Amino acid sequence: MHDRLKLITKSKLFWPLMILVLMIIFNIIFVDDFLSIEFKDGHLFGRIIDIINRAAPLMLLAMGMTLVIATGGVDLSVGSTAAISGALVCSLIGGNFDGTVQNPFIIAIIAALFVSILAGAWNGFLVGKLGIQPVVATLILYVAGRGIAQLITGGQIITVYYKPYAYLGGFAPGIPIPFSIIIAAVVLVIVLLALKKTALGLFIESVGVNSVASRFTGISVVKIKFLVYAFSGLCAGIAGLIISSMIRAADANNAGLMSEMDAILAVAIGGTSMAGGRFSLGASMIGALIVQSITTTLYAVGVSAQVLPLIKAIVVIAICFVQSEELRHKLSGIFSKIGGARNEKATVKL
Amino acid sequence: MAGNEPILRAVGISKSFPGVKALHDVNFTLCAGEVHCLMGENGAGKSTLIKVLTGVEKIDHGEIYLEGKSILPKTPLEAQAFGISTVYQEINLCPNLSVAENMFIGREPVSGCVINWKEINKRAQAALSKLNVKIDVTQSLDTYSVAIQQMVAIARALDVSSKILILDEPTSSLDRDEIDKLFEVLRRLKEDGIGIIFITHFLDQVYEISDRITVLRNGELVGEYETSELPKVQLIAKMIGKEFDVLTSFNKGNAASAKGCEEDSLCNDAAFIKAAGLGRQGGISPFDLSVRKGEVLGFAGLLGSGRTETARVLFGVDKADKGELYIKNKRSAVASPMNAIKNGMAFCPEDRKREGIMGDLTVKENIIIALQAKRGMGRCISAKEREKLADKFIELLSIKTSGPDQLVKNLSGGNQQKVILARWLATDPELLILDEPTRGIDVGTKTEIQKLVVRLAEEEMAVIFISSELDEELRTCDRIAVFRDRQKIAEISGEDLNQNCIMQTIAGGQKHA
Repeated sequence: MHDRLKLITKSKLFWPLMILVLMIIFNIIFVDDFLSIEFKDGHLFGRIIDIINRAAPLMLLAMGMTLVIATGGVDLSVGSTAAISGALVCSLIGGNFDGTVQNPFIIAIIAALFVSILAGAWNGFLVGKLGIQPVVATLILYVAGRGIAQLITGGQIITVYYKPYAYLGGFAPGIPIPFSIIIAAVVLVIVLLALKKTALGLFIESVGVNSVASRFTGISVVKIKFLVYAFSGLCAGIAGLIISSMIRAADANNAGLMSEMDAILAVAIGGTSMAGGRFSLGASMIGALIVQSITTTLYAVGVSAQVLPLIKAIVVIAICFVQSEELRHKLSGIFSKIGGARNEKATVKL
Repeated sequence: MAGNEPILRAVGISKSFPGVKALHDVNFTLCAGEVHCLMGENGAGKSTLIKVLTGVEKIDHGEIYLEGKSILPKTPLEAQAFGISTVYQEINLCPNLSVAENMFIGREPVSGCVINWKEINKRAQAALSKLNVKIDVTQSLDTYSVAIQQMVAIARALDVSSKILILDEPTSSLDRDEIDKLFEVLRRLKEDGIGIIFITHFLDQVYEISDRITVLRNGELVGEYETSELPKVQLIAKMIGKEFDVLTSFNKGNAASAKGCEEDSLCNDAAFIKAAGLGRQGGISPFDLSVRKGEVLGFAGLLGSGRTETARVLFGVDKADKGELYIKNKRSAVASPMNAIKNGMAFCPEDRKREGIMGDLTVKENIIIALQAKRGMGRCISAKEREKLADKFIELLSIKTSGPDQLVKNLSGGNQQKVILARWLATDPELLILDEPTRGIDVGTKTEIQKLVVRLAEEEMAVIFISSELDEELRTCDRIAVFRDRQKIAEISGEDLNQNCIMQTIAGGQKHA
């Protein structure tokens, strides 16, 4: 029993899941109708659905971010890339009041995603090929990205009236759950399959653990880094589509603002080390859910938008405490003491 | 110099780190006005002794006397106050600050509460001109060559305190002219009565500049010698722990088998790899080399002689900028380790921690990763196959681990080395390059690895075996290439394959074509 407990607490998913459960319990107690889900017009509505829907873009960002961080890097440009993607798709579809499109919807999406991958590849080139420090390299696009988005939209907020565009971040006809959740799930499954069916996961971890040794072993470190940054760009692009679809407009200044920080936070809460190496996509997804539910919960209990960052910070600090090795050691010490005492009692009884 | 007063005396110094006795009862005496070389192979305890003298590490036992007074520096700052300064291999200065700033950082002369820049510049200029260096001290340090930067570091060290100057590998990044300049300065300092401790791997420089030599080996004092009375060969013998005289009667038991190889090696058709004039600027001078299948070729030479650099160029870790490489008589460009692996090569690097193991990955993953890289990302080794490979090599090399899923960082050094060996054997290589595969490994495992090397050669694998221990080389190798000062200087085989001959070649006493 004790061993099994130890095995469970040692699992990567354990602590993130615990925190999520605590979060849900808090919500059930303090937020009205937290668990209620309504079925209206063929769609599901409710707070939980809302959280998952809002978390979908963050989950996508966290997927890319997890792989980047696993190689020992970081991608600060995902928010800006999301803005570029949103700007491009909106300006290609165009703000026709009659709801018609200037370019086919599918072309707009493909173009936006292509440019996003290009942005990621640029980061990969800087980090992998030129060996620039990831923070510095991605900071370039972090700053420049919003400028590029502004250029694309011509400095204006383009509002899209084309109906199907709203499906991405909302509901598609005939599907009860929000479409964004499906997008995130599909991407997640594809990535998990790629990691399972190829040696990509092993190579990413090995680069993160020891990039010099990886090179000596014949792994193309440059290629791996290039790949993960390009993938992170793609994820940011998809997230950008969803974010802009939610407000049906391209807001170059505010779309995905600070979302890179949320994505990093999600990965950190998931327990992937910032130094690279071992990673868990599943844990990062839970991390993303936690980060989003903090925001949603705080709004729900009436914290104003101005104070929100402060409260959020406090919650994050609390989470970090729970996650810290030191504290875990002490906790497991207490656990084993209790377990030991129980065992002693058991032997006495025998 | 013998008549000079001892300025620094260290008596019975002992220092242990967890699991290692770094220094054991070591005595060291430095006289005023001498250049004293501290010699020894890696892990001999040179740097620990320096660290103890400069207060970086605390000693367990022993005493240090400076001019007859007992001192015990606890921090580098204290050591400086006593008059002991150190210039390290990598220059510990700020390249973006000016020369003068670098020299007075942390101890700026002030008038009131304002830094007196005029004074700083004047004093910096004066301190440097003492070393015969005339430069603009207001320029930032990185505008000057490494040699000048080295001089600035020395000037700073002397200006801070000037009784004892410790130079740790100061010449490794300098070219010949710059070294001459440095030595000129050292000679002048010597005349001023400063005691200089000089650490270097370059034997020629030892004989050029030093008055006396202290040799350490495995943390113990071998002896203290007048440089003029200690021939080079003797010095090498003392460093690697073999008395030269004893060796003259070394048995030539394995000479017979080596002789056969010598004849074979002439027919290059059987050569797996052949290098013609291969070289790399700043790494290794152009060299010719060939390794046959079923042959163990040893690389001998002191540390920094170019053994590792040669291996790196062969394996494509460093790109060769000169010469040609033939693999199985076909001209090949090995531009990266991946290239080399695809061509059937494998390389166990010298620095196990940095270049070898992936500590946070499991034993299993560490074993299969090179094979996986060779196969490519798409062709994933199945879980079943991984398990099989890991089990096979754990048994074959008797790797002591709690299981294939144990993290490699939790294994002992010897077992980590075996895991890396397993990693390469799993790729089924035709040429295996081993760089110091037995360093820091217990005797039992050492023998196991040596036996394995011989067995692999019997199975028609070509092996390059690099080791600092001549014993080990002689036991395993059919032929030995000798390196000195980043040059391949000789190839020894057959009758000549014995310690004396190799040591003399390393020392440069005898020429072998």
